[in-house]
Amino acid sequence: MTATHHDVREPDLEAVFQATIDADQRIEPRDWMPDDYRRTLIRQIAQHAHSEIIGMQPEGNWITRAPSLRRKAILLAKVQDEAGHGMYLYAAAETLGVDREELTEKLISATQKYSSIFNYPTPSYADVGVIGWLVDGAAICNQVPLCRCSYGPYARAMVRICKEESFHQRQGYELLLAMVNGTPEQQAMVQESVDRWWWPSLMMFGPADGDSPNTQQSMAWNIKRHTNDELRQRFVDMSVPQAEALGVTLPDPDLRWNPERQAHDFGEPDWSEFTAVIAGSGPANTQRLAHRRRAHENGAWVREAAQAYAEKHS
Amino acid sequence: MSERKSWPLYEVFVRGKRGLNHVHVGSLHAADDEMALHNARDLYTRRNEGVSIWVVKAEAITASSPSEKDPFFAPSGDKVYRHPTFYAIPEEVPHL
Repeated sequence: MTATHHDVREPDLEAVFQATIDADQRIEPRDWMPDDYRRTLIRQIAQHAHSEIIGMQPEGNWITRAPSLRRKAILLAKVQDEAGHGMYLYAAAETLGVDREELTEKLISATQKYSSIFNYPTPSYADVGVIGWLVDGAAICNQVPLCRCSYGPYARAMVRICKEESFHQRQGYELLLAMVNGTPEQQAMVQESVDRWWWPSLMMFGPADGDSPNTQQSMAWNIKRHTNDELRQRFVDMSVPQAEALGVTLPDPDLRWNPERQAHDFGEPDWSEFTAVIAGSGPANTQRLAHRRRAHENGAWVREAAQAYAEKHS
Repeated sequence: MSERKSWPLYEVFVRGKRGLNHVHVGSLHAADDEMALHNARDLYTRRNEGVSIWVVKAEAITASSPSEKDPFFAPSGDKVYRHPTFYAIPEEVPHL
């Protein structure tokens, strides 16, 4: 976009920015903003976009082997949505002055991160259901408050995404309902999958509040509306009755209702595992990045051909 | 391939249904206009969100500057007589 320019002194700009945040109004792309606010958003939105793109792989694994045409069509639509969510988010990140190509490079060179949850493998078809129920459920807890994030393009992308995530979670839960009403083998598959995904799902909310250095600033900027621990608690409280309805056990001996707090007490995730997976030592980190890199490189000739065609016809 | 510059950015506008304006919904990259239209359909109307799509290269849009917001819109700020509520009409007069 082109525009005319008009110089305003920086202290005034900072005051206008802060007043906008304090009034709970949205910051838009061409508004002045502090460098740290811009940097924080680029990091968060890019990481979120990368998560959607990498997130296509664990479930994409089952598209060819879905047990019916109905399940296959649903799974295809879901994975296509994940691609779409990645695109909305990359577009939002680009309004902050980064380049799409640059973001892709940073993902495949592992200089930007994505959610640790996608570094776990999906060896069982029940994982498709459990990802929809728990992983997408946790994502929804994280994402709903982001619809009110102070940065306009990010908030608007999140509104679109949240509308679509609801289908993701429900299809997963419905799939699990079908399996728990099936054979004993199918019921066991669901329990085995829940046992593997429960703790990594709790880790999706990030470290405990005391170990989350960015939370306070992000909350002051209205990027984040709740702390990691608040959201984790909300997720546990939502999941318990859902697990009961499925007849599965959540693998936490410390999980119980606390009438005083009117909330569930629960155990501590293994944070050393979380740190290791973030650092690249999860079960599928190498595979996920290699696949994304290969897809990008194999698509190069398509991008070039389309560009050549466009130049020829312009 | 990396020296080839990336596909241009397009802004996307969707008409939700007949009778409504096209509304900005986001942006995307495409090699040319036709591809932009197809990508916009796949990206922004997967659930019947639109009956018509406009795409325009982002670089073709001229925008007012946010830092000039106040002076730019100032001319309309003090013209209260442009609003119907400026005019006092006796309550018993109907249909006004």
